[in-house]
Amino acid sequence: MSAALAAGFASPVHDAQAVFRCVMMAMARPGTVRRIAVPLDPPGCMQPAAAAAALALCDFETPVWLDEALSSHPHVREWLRFHTGAPVVAASRAAAFAFVADGRALPAFSTFALGTLDYPDRSVTAVVAVDALHEGMGWRLTGPGIPGETRFIAEGLPADMLDRLAGNRGLFPRGIDIVLVCGDRIAALPRTTIVEA
Amino acid sequence: MYVAVKGGERAIANAHALLDHSRRGDHAVPEIAPKQIREQLALAVDRVMAEGSLYDRDLAALAIKQARGDLIEAIFLVRAFRTTLPRFGHGEPADTAAMQIRRRISATYKDLPGGQVLGPTFDYTHRLIDFALAAGAPVAEPAEAGEGEPADTPHVTALLDGEGLIERNPPQPSGRPVGDLTREPLAFPADRDLRLQNLARADEGFLLAMGYSTQRGYGRTHPFVGEIRFGEIEVEFVPEDLGFAVPLGRIQVTECEMVTQFKGTAETSPQFTRGYGLVFGQSERKAMSMALVDRALRAREFGEDVVAPAQDEEFVLSHSDNVQATGFVEHLKLPHYVDFQAELGLIRQLRREHADRAAAAGFTREAAE
Amino acid sequence: MNAPTLTGYNFAYLDEQTKRMIRRAILKAIAIPGYQVPFASREMPMPYGWGTGGVQVTASVIGPQDVLKVIDQGSDDTTNAVSIRAFFARTAGVATTTATADATIIQTRHRIPEAPLTDGQILVYQVPIPEPLRFLEPRETETRTMHALEEYGLMHVKLYEDIARHGHIATTYAYPVRVAGRYLMDPSPTPKFDNPKMHMSPALQLFGAGREKRIYAVPPYTRVVSLDFEDHPFEVNRFDKPCALCGAHGVYLDEVVLDDRGGRMFVCSDTDHCGTRQEQGHRGDLSTPREGSAA
Repeated sequence: MSAALAAGFASPVHDAQAVFRCVMMAMARPGTVRRIAVPLDPPGCMQPAAAAAALALCDFETPVWLDEALSSHPHVREWLRFHTGAPVVAASRAAAFAFVADGRALPAFSTFALGTLDYPDRSVTAVVAVDALHEGMGWRLTGPGIPGETRFIAEGLPADMLDRLAGNRGLFPRGIDIVLVCGDRIAALPRTTIVEA
Repeated sequence: MYVAVKGGERAIANAHALLDHSRRGDHAVPEIAPKQIREQLALAVDRVMAEGSLYDRDLAALAIKQARGDLIEAIFLVRAFRTTLPRFGHGEPADTAAMQIRRRISATYKDLPGGQVLGPTFDYTHRLIDFALAAGAPVAEPAEAGEGEPADTPHVTALLDGEGLIERNPPQPSGRPVGDLTREPLAFPADRDLRLQNLARADEGFLLAMGYSTQRGYGRTHPFVGEIRFGEIEVEFVPEDLGFAVPLGRIQVTECEMVTQFKGTAETSPQFTRGYGLVFGQSERKAMSMALVDRALRAREFGEDVVAPAQDEEFVLSHSDNVQATGFVEHLKLPHYVDFQAELGLIRQLRREHADRAAAAGFTREAAE
Repeated sequence: MNAPTLTGYNFAYLDEQTKRMIRRAILKAIAIPGYQVPFASREMPMPYGWGTGGVQVTASVIGPQDVLKVIDQGSDDTTNAVSIRAFFARTAGVATTTATADATIIQTRHRIPEAPLTDGQILVYQVPIPEPLRFLEPRETETRTMHALEEYGLMHVKLYEDIARHGHIATTYAYPVRVAGRYLMDPSPTPKFDNPKMHMSPALQLFGAGREKRIYAVPPYTRVVSLDFEDHPFEVNRFDKPCALCGAHGVYLDEVVLDDRGGRMFVCSDTDHCGTRQEQGHRGDLSTPREGSAA
C-alpha cells in the first residue's frame, strides 16, 4: 500500500451495510435524495458518495469502468483496486459498474451493457457525479417506487438527458440504472422511472 | 378455552437436548471417536467428502458422528461449513495418469501396461455376514508388492487415442475460465465443466438410478469400462503472488473412463466417445454412474435425440443435489395451514355448489357435509 | 473489524463477498420489478425449504440498528419463525420484535401482516418456487423465453380451464400477479387474500428463493395486479365469521379443530394483530371475559 493511498471504510462490515441500505432505498424510491453518513476522502475527483458505493458493491467479480476524469488521476484506479479488488476495464460494455466523475460528459448509454431480454439484469449500474441534486422541484418523475408523481432534478448532466432517459425507458426491461451522486448525497433513477420536463 | 400455541423456543431447545441424548445412545457402550469413524467407516467418510464437496477426512468423520450416521445430514453439515471458507482460487488440473495406484482395472483389455491391480474391493467377497468381525477378529497383514520402480500406468483411453480410435477430450471453450456452480448460479444449457461439477457433487443414489436407466435403454450409450483407477494424486495451486505451482497435498480419488458408442460422419472416421467420472475417495459405484450420466448428457453435442431422463440436462442437473432435494421434500413437514385453509375454503364452496346443481337438476341431493 | 456475536462467523453469518453479490442482485431486482435475478445462493446452516433465500436476503440487508420480526403462517411463535429469529439474534445481535409496527425488517413465510406496512419497512418473503409458470412449463429455458417475450397466455389458459371445470379460478394461494404492468410474478405461497396488500404497498418487498437461486422485488408504491378475467374478477378468500378471540372482520383466519365431533373455531392467523386488538379491549365469541374490567 502506497503512503498516498487514502483509507477505505473505517468499519468495513457495518459501513458497507449502511451504504448499501442507502443505495437500495434510493433505488427503491427514485427521486429521493439521501445522505451517505460514512465519511470517506477518496482520491482525485471521485465524490465521497461514489467512493462509498464502490466500496460497498464492487469486488473481483465486478468489472469497473472509469471515465476520463477518473482514469486520468493516478490514484483512483489504485485506490479502487486496493480496496475492492475490482478489475478496471477499458471496454465500457464489459463493466458491471461505471463511474463517471464528469456528468456533463456522460457517454451514450449504448456504450454500456444494457442486458438482454432473457437476462435484463446483466446490465450496467452507472454512478454519475452531478453538480447538484434537488428534491421537490424540476423534472416530473413517475413509475415504480413513486406514489403518484414526484419532482426531482439533477444539475450537471448532458443537455439531452431527458431524451436519453426516455430512450432507456423504451428499452425496458433492458436498460441502464443510474445512481446520481453529489458530495455525500445520493439519488437514483432506475430504468423504470419515467422522467419528464 | 382455546389458547394459541406458545413456547416454540423452549420446545426447540428441548428437542435439541433430546437429540443430543439420542445421539449418545446407551452410556454403557463406549462413545465413538471421530478418528474411529475416519479409519473404520472410511467409505462413509469418502461419500460425505465427495458430496459435501470438501476434502477433509476429520471434518467428514465428525459430521458423521454429529449426524448420527445420516450421511445426507453429514453432507449438509460439511456443505454449510464449506460455504463459510474463503476461496483463494482453483487448483491446477490434476494429472490422474501420475496417480499412485491402489486399484486399477480395465474391462476392455485382458492385460495392459501397468497391469490390472485388484486392490481393496468388495467385488469378489461372498456377501456372508462375518460374525467373527463382531468380536473384533485380528486382521492379517496384506501382501506387499515386490521391490522396484512402480510401473507406468497410462490411461486406457490414451492407448486407444494412440490409434485414433477414441475422440480427444474436447478442450475448455477458450476465453472462459472453468465454471464453478457454487459461485455462479447454474444457467441452461450448461457446458460440460459445470455438468461434471454438478455430477461430482450429486447424490450417489440418484446417479446410480440415472446411470442404470441408460443401461436399460433410456438413453443407451453402449458403455465399456475402459478403466477404473483409485489412488492418490497431488493437488497443485498457483498463488497469485508466486506465479508458479506449489503442491497443496495429496488426495484420494476414484476415476472412471467409460468407452462409449462410436460416432462418425461422412467426413470423419468413426471413433469411440467418452464418459467421465471422478470422485473424492473410493467410490466406484459413484464414479461409474457419473461416467454413464456424463456420456448420456452429451447427447446434444453428438446430435443424438434427447428422449430419456438421463439425457435431459435440466432434469438431471436440477434434481441431483441431495441437500437441495432433502430440504425441499422435508420442508413439507413445516406448517402449511394458511394455504391449506385457503384450499379448504375453496373445496367446501365447490362441493356446496355441486350439491346445489345436483339438487336443481332433480337428482337426489348428496349427503350434506 | 467489529466483534462478531457468534464466535468465528461474520456479522449476520454471511461473508462480505457473498453479501455484496446478493446486494447487487437486490439492486437489479428493484430496478426490474418482478423479474427473477439469478444469484449464487449459498448453502446455509438450515435446510433448503426452511427459508434459506429469505435468510440470505435478510442477512444482506440487515444492520445493527434494525429491528427484526419473523413470522411463519402469520405467527411469530411457530417453530421455524422462532428458529430464524434466534439465528439473527445470535449472528447479528439485532433487536427483535413481534410487533409489526415496531419492525424495520419483517421476514415472512406464507403471510403478509394484517396491519398496513409503512414507508421504510422491508418485507422479506421466503420463496420455494419463484417461477409462476413452473407448474405449467417445468423447463427453465422455456419459461425464461416466455418472460422475455411477455408471453403469458399459458397462465390465462390455465386459469380459464379452472373456470370451465369448477366455475371458479381454483388457485387459492401463490396466486399469480403482474408487477408494474410487465412481469408475471409468484407472490410466494401466501393466500390470495394477501395479494391486494402487495399493491402500492409503502414497504419494499424483497423475495428470496435459496434453492432455486433467485431474488426478485417489488419496490414501494408499485402496481401489483392479480390475474383475472372480466367475467371472473379476482376475489379474495372470505370467512363467514369474525375472529373468535378478537372479533376482527376482514382478516385471514386459521381454522382450529376443537374436537372430533365437528367442533371448530376460527382465529386470526396474524397473532400480533390479534393480540394487539385484544389488548385494546376487542373481544370475540370465544374469548375469556376481560379480567379487572373497569366498566
